[in-house]
Amino acid sequence: MAPYILRRLMWLPCILLVVSFVTFVLGRYGPGDPVEVILGQYNNPEAVERIREQRGLNDPLLVQYGRYIGKVVRGDFGESYKYRGRSVGDLLKKKMWVSGQLNVAALIISLGLGIPIGLYAALRQGTPRDVIAVAFTLLGQSFPVFLTAPGLLLLFALKLDVLPTHGWGGFFDARIILPAMVMGIPGVAMITRLTRASTLEVISQDYVRTARAKGLPESVVHRRHILRNSMIPVVTLLGFSVAGLATTSFIVERFFGIPGVGNLFIESIFARDLPVISGFVLIGTTMFVMANLLVDLIYPFMDPRIRLTGGQIAE
Amino acid sequence: MRNEVQPLPGVPRQPSGSYWAISLRRLFRNRVAVACLAVVLLLYGSGSLASLVTFYGYDDQDLSVAKQGPSIQHPFGTDRLGRDVMTRIIFGLRTTVIITVITLLTGSLALGITLGLLAGYFGRWIDTVIMRTGEVTTAFPDIFLILIIISLVKPPVTDWVRGIEDSLGIEILRLGVVDYLVLALALAIFSWFGMARLVRGQVLAARENQYVEAARSVGCTTPTILLRHVLPNVMGPVIVVVSAGLGAVAGAEVLLSFLGIGIQPPTPSLGLMMFQHGSISELRSNPHLLLFPAGTLTVLLFAFNLLGDGVNDAFNPRAR
Repeated sequence: MAPYILRRLMWLPCILLVVSFVTFVLGRYGPGDPVEVILGQYNNPEAVERIREQRGLNDPLLVQYGRYIGKVVRGDFGESYKYRGRSVGDLLKKKMWVSGQLNVAALIISLGLGIPIGLYAALRQGTPRDVIAVAFTLLGQSFPVFLTAPGLLLLFALKLDVLPTHGWGGFFDARIILPAMVMGIPGVAMITRLTRASTLEVISQDYVRTARAKGLPESVVHRRHILRNSMIPVVTLLGFSVAGLATTSFIVERFFGIPGVGNLFIESIFARDLPVISGFVLIGTTMFVMANLLVDLIYPFMDPRIRLTGGQIAE
Repeated sequence: MRNEVQPLPGVPRQPSGSYWAISLRRLFRNRVAVACLAVVLLLYGSGSLASLVTFYGYDDQDLSVAKQGPSIQHPFGTDRLGRDVMTRIIFGLRTTVIITVITLLTGSLALGITLGLLAGYFGRWIDTVIMRTGEVTTAFPDIFLILIIISLVKPPVTDWVRGIEDSLGIEILRLGVVDYLVLALALAIFSWFGMARLVRGQVLAARENQYVEAARSVGCTTPTILLRHVLPNVMGPVIVVVSAGLGAVAGAEVLLSFLGIGIQPPTPSLGLMMFQHGSISELRSNPHLLLFPAGTLTVLLFAFNLLGDGVNDAFNPRAR
């Protein structure tokens, strides 16, 4: 297993190098002079030259890139152009903490509703309740966030007036409920569908019949034999849903006025705040790759038949 | 001498036809898929013929009827400048049509199929380069780079087009062409890999067939073999992937425009309409401004989803 992890981890720097280089070059050759971002449009040539020298903007591109990478390796993402004196690391840390809490809340909703509903539907396959659950998932999957966000806002905040409309107050604040629901609903639908399908497959397996035949109580069969095996595909999906959540959080943070990393990223793009942009892309990519690696590492614990070898997952 | 294959007496004729005929027949027998196809055609049709099917212009202002709810004159109401919302939605659909078509043609079809054919047929280092590049593009959430590319590439392209405008004396920028092109191409860069991987796999399988060997033995050139003998045999799965990808591209355009980075005003787009009317106060006083574009998008994505399932059932040999 160790060689497998090593191989996967060796991919990460390659990807990061490519991504950071593309971002860096695009940023340098793109419109907008970094000094103009730092000083504003009205500035005297002397100050411009001083800042150029200070930040090493007069050096060749590759030298600048090399210096940037050297700093990043030591965990220093530089200083924001727009928020002078604020380091990118600090800015991102604060905003990512907010977005991270929101994503975790959304994930809790997706898993907490999706798995039980999927199991319930599968164990009652063919009954009206199963049909209702399936219809619900189909709807949930097709409603874009653009409709669920204003829809839930209208219903719960403006008409019923039971939940606050927007803002942020941390994980244990009522203001997290609506955005987390909006982000969680597509996940609920997807996880329900997947859980139902994989449970149906597991139920018909011989070992489930054997377990029942040897007189195990139904609850043990459900927990040990059905649930555990039907969760394997769901775990795979979690890796992908990290990327999906990142995309929806851009929309949701905007709708609900949440000071998260999505809003910061859009703001930096408009302000051409290159250090923040590259820092965010690098950290985001790392997290995405790590999430997928983590998912692959969880497999063998869930299904002992799967062993990780040097190349890829082998059965 | 001609040999006609005679049906055996007493044996009922099998339903015959090409792969396409059989697949299409299967598709049209699926009522849900046909209904979704009708919805997609209706939305795409009204989008592509936008100026013919609307009674107003998309930027015709009439402040005397500003911010009205739905009525007979304005079925979806009017916005704060008195522009007809239904007209703007139809013109927004025109944007969707343009973006999805350009992205699919350039990304999935042109780039994806070509690179997939090359990688699969030639193998070796060509395969390695193409597939590794593709894997890197899928190794992280592509929304980051799409946002960066669009925001950085558009200003120089706009300047460049403005230069052409000055020298030729025609108006290009007002048509929103730059927005369309930059957006569609940025999406295309990140949408070719799925198709390339699929085509490559299909080519690897098809390459071993005897008809390819036969074609080579009678002296067909490589492009002829690829285009005449290999490509037609991989088109089935290609159709499936295209139909599944349409909704994703449409959604991506709306997302980027909603974030303020895609289509710019005055060109109408569903995402832009939702961005402009996405605030709480607007939702409180004029919910129709947000809900009609969002509803239209929902119907479109819903139809795409179900149609994609139907096409998969009909065209995917394994689903039969």
